[in-house]
Amino acid sequence: MAHMNPTPVLDPSADKTMILNMGPQHPSTHGVLRLLLEIDGETIVRLMPDIGYLHTGIEKTCEAKFYQQVVPLTDRIDYLCPMTNNLAYCLAVEKLLGLEVPPRAQWIRVMLNELTRINSHLVWLGTHALDLGAMTVFLYCFREREDVLRLFEAVAGQRMMTSYFRIGGLALEPPLGFFERVKDFLARFPANIDEYESLLTSNPIWVNRTKGVAYLAPEDAIALCATGPTLRGSGVDVDLRRDQPYSGYENFKFNVPVSRDGDVFARYMVRVQELRESQKIAMQALEGVPEGLVKADAPHVVLPDREKMKTQMEALIYHFKIVTEGFTVPAGEVYSPIESPRGEMGYYVVSDGTAKPYRVHMRSPSFANLQSLRKMCEGNLIADVVAAIGSIDIVLGDCDR
Amino acid sequence: MGIGTYIIVSLIKIVIAVFILLTGVAYTTLAERKVVAHMQNRWGPSRVGPFGIWQPLADGLKFIFKEDLTPPYANRPLYILAPMISLVTALTSIAVIPVGPWITVAGVHTQLQITDVNIGLLVILGVTSIGVYGVALAGWSSNSKYSMLASLRASAQMMSYELALGLSLIGVLIYAGSFSLRDIVDSQAGTWLGFIPKWNFFKGQFVAFFIYIMAAYAETNRIPFDLAEAESELVAGYHTEYSSMKFAMFFMAEYANMFTVACLATVLFLGGWSGPVFGPPIMQALMPVGWFVIKVIAFIFIYIWVRGTLPRFRYDQLMAFGWKFLLPLAIANIVITSLVVALK
Repeated sequence: MAHMNPTPVLDPSADKTMILNMGPQHPSTHGVLRLLLEIDGETIVRLMPDIGYLHTGIEKTCEAKFYQQVVPLTDRIDYLCPMTNNLAYCLAVEKLLGLEVPPRAQWIRVMLNELTRINSHLVWLGTHALDLGAMTVFLYCFREREDVLRLFEAVAGQRMMTSYFRIGGLALEPPLGFFERVKDFLARFPANIDEYESLLTSNPIWVNRTKGVAYLAPEDAIALCATGPTLRGSGVDVDLRRDQPYSGYENFKFNVPVSRDGDVFARYMVRVQELRESQKIAMQALEGVPEGLVKADAPHVVLPDREKMKTQMEALIYHFKIVTEGFTVPAGEVYSPIESPRGEMGYYVVSDGTAKPYRVHMRSPSFANLQSLRKMCEGNLIADVVAAIGSIDIVLGDCDR
Repeated sequence: MGIGTYIIVSLIKIVIAVFILLTGVAYTTLAERKVVAHMQNRWGPSRVGPFGIWQPLADGLKFIFKEDLTPPYANRPLYILAPMISLVTALTSIAVIPVGPWITVAGVHTQLQITDVNIGLLVILGVTSIGVYGVALAGWSSNSKYSMLASLRASAQMMSYELALGLSLIGVLIYAGSFSLRDIVDSQAGTWLGFIPKWNFFKGQFVAFFIYIMAAYAETNRIPFDLAEAESELVAGYHTEYSSMKFAMFFMAEYANMFTVACLATVLFLGGWSGPVFGPPIMQALMPVGWFVIKVIAFIFIYIWVRGTLPRFRYDQLMAFGWKFLLPLAIANIVITSLVVALK
């Protein structure tokens, strides 16, 4: 695959330094991140990330799709938290349409979003630990992740590329017995978190590898647009779920974990505590799920039920019209940010009044957080680069789009 | 014993020892995969034969049939020599390790050991230190940056930890008064009160034993000290560029070294083949070897267990640990042991 820009090349700035090319095929750059390191012995003098190896052109593709056809594309941006992407996009378009989503759909969206956060953080914890040599944690995390993926499969028929949320609600009512399965999982999950923590949090080698490593000062974190756990690990208390609630998050009680240390360990602790908070939020959502419909009452936007299509003429016509020519969205632009597992994920959607978006842009947390890598790593050792990459939890699909 | 008999007996012993060692190496890889797998909630190899018992053979065959690549920019002679040095030194050490007492087979009275050198311990230390050359040359001759960094790490690490390793053994030598491994084992025979074995471990050398374990893990490049092949940082470390049997030779050397370390720990700290012996004469002859094997397997199991549990050190932390903690501790152990022996 041709790389459009000329490959960046770094020249050694001094005689005794060496350029080390790390990635894009490297076991611990989490996908296809390429790093150019200038090293003096094992110390990093300069670091230059090179991204774009996973560029998919999704933003441009969106302009050729009807609004409802964009939803499945959003799954593939941040492939570890598909539901979050779905939600961010749906919220943006719903805002443009002025559509009110029924409470049941909102609560299920919150529940699934927190499960997605658990899923994403488990992958992060597992791979992060694997990078630092603790292989067992990785497999324990993936064991629980498998449970979450099975839940996704139950609602959406897909494990990773769920596309379960629709503009105006959910694709369909969750299957029978689904809530019990979620409850089962959530009930035993805190014990699993204790298990991961018992292998890492008080392990002296783990603490040595992470405490005081890859420091990011709060002012640097803000200046570099870091968000999410990367920002909160540096002591800046911002969480959109609490500060700018969406999809009914104002109805839930939860803490926002913050740590002031700004190192890898701080970011680790923030995410591990977020796992516990997510479990609580999902539990609250589960217990308080209201009865009602999972789709908004907007026949020109929301696809009708199969049953109605077979019995009502109008439903059949709406279905035909939505599928063949989409639905128009009032002209305007909207930016709708939500708190993804990685930070602020914002969808900027511009409508020109037709059935296809004029522009869709994603403000992806991985892209912004990756900028802080340089600040974290320069002056540290090669082994710390691996710890730092793990601690900012990037997804290259999210970064390159 | 005539010279002819001596040569024949020695040859038989060598063939048996090498066969057992190589089989042991092969099955340690399987044991490691199985044990770690069960710790990690998975099955491990299970397809080749019942419980995957033919897996090592399949792996061996695969290595033989893989394409043997030599990077064009590598220094060819050294590139080929390096894995050989690693493997040869790893296999040689077994020659002086005693696995049991004297036995009489078909009228020949012989010791269960290829050769009893009176400086056996020094031979092992000397031979294993040459193994560093294998790693250092592999990294240098591959002419790859990752290999280079890893071999620098490995050389520094192995040399630093050799000090602590060597010093941790001195306490044992003070007790035994001999460098011969057979004499060291003999000095640990018997029990106190009928049930506490008079192993060096129980004679007060447990600090030395733990120093030895740590240093040995570093010597054999195992987690938590596997910096030289830290795959998440340096791809595959010093053997990044190696393939086919050359890679397999490094791999075998690593496991053979584990065996040497485990055998040495058994001989020096855990009383070698000493243990309760009873039953008919044939059992009496074989049981000491059984005890030896059990101790070695237990030691290797701990190796695998640690691998399933711990993350990896960072290079500077590893060096600090070796020089600032293990080395002073080993010296303190020597001083205290000497005092104890002198005041007795």
